[in-house]
Amino acid sequence: MSAEAASTADRPVLAEAAAIPWRRRTTERTLRRDGRRWTLWTSGVVLTFAGPAAVLIWLEPLTIPAAAFWFAHGVAVTHMQARRGARSVVPIGSERSAAWKPVPDGPGREAEEPSPDEVALGLLGDLIGHEERDLLKETGLALQRGRLGVWLVGEEGAILVRPGGRRVYCHCVRVSEVGDLPAGDRVAHLLLALREDEEGFGTVANINFSGGARRVRRRLPKRSRPAFDRARQLAQLQE
Amino acid sequence: MSRLIRLDRTGHTELASWTSGDPASERAAIGTFRRELDEGMLASISRPDGTAEVVRELPLDAELVVMRRPISGG
Repeated sequence: MSAEAASTADRPVLAEAAAIPWRRRTTERTLRRDGRRWTLWTSGVVLTFAGPAAVLIWLEPLTIPAAAFWFAHGVAVTHMQARRGARSVVPIGSERSAAWKPVPDGPGREAEEPSPDEVALGLLGDLIGHEERDLLKETGLALQRGRLGVWLVGEEGAILVRPGGRRVYCHCVRVSEVGDLPAGDRVAHLLLALREDEEGFGTVANINFSGGARRVRRRLPKRSRPAFDRARQLAQLQE
Repeated sequence: MSRLIRLDRTGHTELASWTSGDPASERAAIGTFRRELDEGMLASISRPDGTAEVVRELPLDAELVVMRRPISGG
């Protein structure tokens, strides 16, 4: 039995991960492999556009504007991939958040009665530590340290900052029947699942971007960047 | 006093509470817990080390048991 298999053998498996036995369980090795694939893919995209652009200039230097446009197109594709990864996490209170729209005061609602969002945020605050609670309030993301790195959990995804803080993995994952769950509860669901079985959580989630941390940071909402910076700091300590 | 709560549209709902050594409240909580599991909910308790554990039987010594819905890749 390999060291990785032995380390996971005595831990409970996330129920959702057990329901998809055909999917290879996330480990250090699968993450490294996926990271290499993403790097290869990104390099391929850049070369696909840069190569013809260079040939075009070599054949006719006057075509530099067209070649530059062609090359910029390739760079734009890689930017869009990073943007997609950053957008998938959905911090609480961000533009795509369930908490974005203010809860109207209904006729039967007492002024002092907390809204579902407030109740959910209260419970989420109880689940996390003091520092993480402040960070959540400020940035809309819940920070969770794990064996694979440092996680930032939002309503519809999670960012894994790998030890060293240089590479990140953006995961798309959400509550199956989300219905009208408040934003805080959406994060609490993902946070509990992550805490139950980190590798299983990574197995259930779909990676929609892997690459340099700085590429994702630029595309996060400004408000959420301090959480990202903190996660990178902690990940650097893990190396 | 221990509590069984469910994450739902209201934020969360307290489904049951029980006191250790009170068989009636424990039995009621166990019944509620099993009904929630039958409806497809998953139960989780938090550990002091920051991890969580899935439970399939109601741990009567736990302070808080949270029922959540399954998650899936987006």
